[in-house]
Amino acid sequence: MATEVKTKIPEVLEKQEAGILTDWMKEQVAATTVRPDLLKEGDLREQSGRFLQLLRVSARANDLMHIQGPNWAPLREMLDDLSRSRAIQGFTSSETATFVLSFKQPLFTRLRQSHDDLDGLAEDLWRATALLDKLGLYTTEAFIKSREDIIGRQAKEMFELSTPVVELWQGILGLPIIGTLDSKRTQLVMETLLERIAQTQAQFAIIDITGVPTVDTQTAQNLLKTVNATRLMGAECIISGVRPQIAQTMVHLGVNLAGVITKSTLAGALAVAFKQRALAVKPISPPSGNG
Amino acid sequence: MERIPILHMGEFLLVTIQVDMYDKLATALQDDVCQRIAETKARGVLIDISALDTVDSYIARVMGNIAQMSRVLDADTVLVGMRPTVAITLVEMGVALPGIRTALNAERGMALLSAARSGEDSDASGEE
Repeated sequence: MATEVKTKIPEVLEKQEAGILTDWMKEQVAATTVRPDLLKEGDLREQSGRFLQLLRVSARANDLMHIQGPNWAPLREMLDDLSRSRAIQGFTSSETATFVLSFKQPLFTRLRQSHDDLDGLAEDLWRATALLDKLGLYTTEAFIKSREDIIGRQAKEMFELSTPVVELWQGILGLPIIGTLDSKRTQLVMETLLERIAQTQAQFAIIDITGVPTVDTQTAQNLLKTVNATRLMGAECIISGVRPQIAQTMVHLGVNLAGVITKSTLAGALAVAFKQRALAVKPISPPSGNG
Repeated sequence: MERIPILHMGEFLLVTIQVDMYDKLATALQDDVCQRIAETKARGVLIDISALDTVDSYIARVMGNIAQMSRVLDADTVLVGMRPTVAITLVEMGVALPGIRTALNAERGMALLSAARSGEDSDASGEE
């Protein structure tokens, strides 16, 4: 980069901070990407003011090309925070990047006014563009990173929620499955269930698949694996919540469920388990008139 | 050569495996169990594998063989105390041990054998 022409960017930022901020705010409020529903104008003004202030301080060092350097740390931190909060608020990545990129026009206008020579202007415009592009890209990256963090956390939470083993009765465990059963999940379901069987010495495990939207060969295979593993441990496994469509699909797919007890409802499965344990549910007394 | 002890209790034989199984030991156990069933006229065999961390496909097959051989010699076999990790591994390997009965612990296994002995049909699950 040619250094003969001295940049006027820091100078412009120092001297005309207030004017640039006013122009920039006008620019942002008028832009199509502004989201008054998600962010109040006052907050936006505060963020813009802070950005401008930090940019001014960072630009003083005359090192406009290396935004990874220590001079730019406060500004980077500010953009990290901004991206994170916008990712949480539900902004899109372009809306977030536009915050930085929309700063170009007010800055360029001021640069044009303060330069007399064309070479110096061109040079400074180039520097400003390169700088703001870098900052814009940095913002986008930070935004995506925040979004990925959020998605990762949600996936983890869903994964934890996905395998609740409940004790329905002494010696009878229930495992309601909601959502698709892929191999990874089957593995987790199987491990959790078998661990609980070993821990509680429960004789029956009821897998309820009411919440499983569709069953394909893979899912059926995974279910069978779980049933077989339970049996190897010496417990009995009952599959409940088989809906009519799923029963049809299973037969069409040629899934062999021979030897597996299947019931259409959880209550039916519980009844089987009660019967095999020689338990019965009875009314306490004969029904009388007072209900 | 070391051998797995086989205890004789009433009508049943009790095999508790407490060392890591290797192929030769398993084959020896298979011989011994058949021998002892014939000698003692036992009506049931209980194999406790709760101490085993790993069971490979060969050992699993030997267990299946023992069950079938006992069947021929008119004795039931029940395999008790399989650990979750072992069960998962066997299922992933595609070993389902058909024809072998399982129970969660030795007590339940005994109940299962007694129930089968007391002349009921084999569907009875051996509950108290």
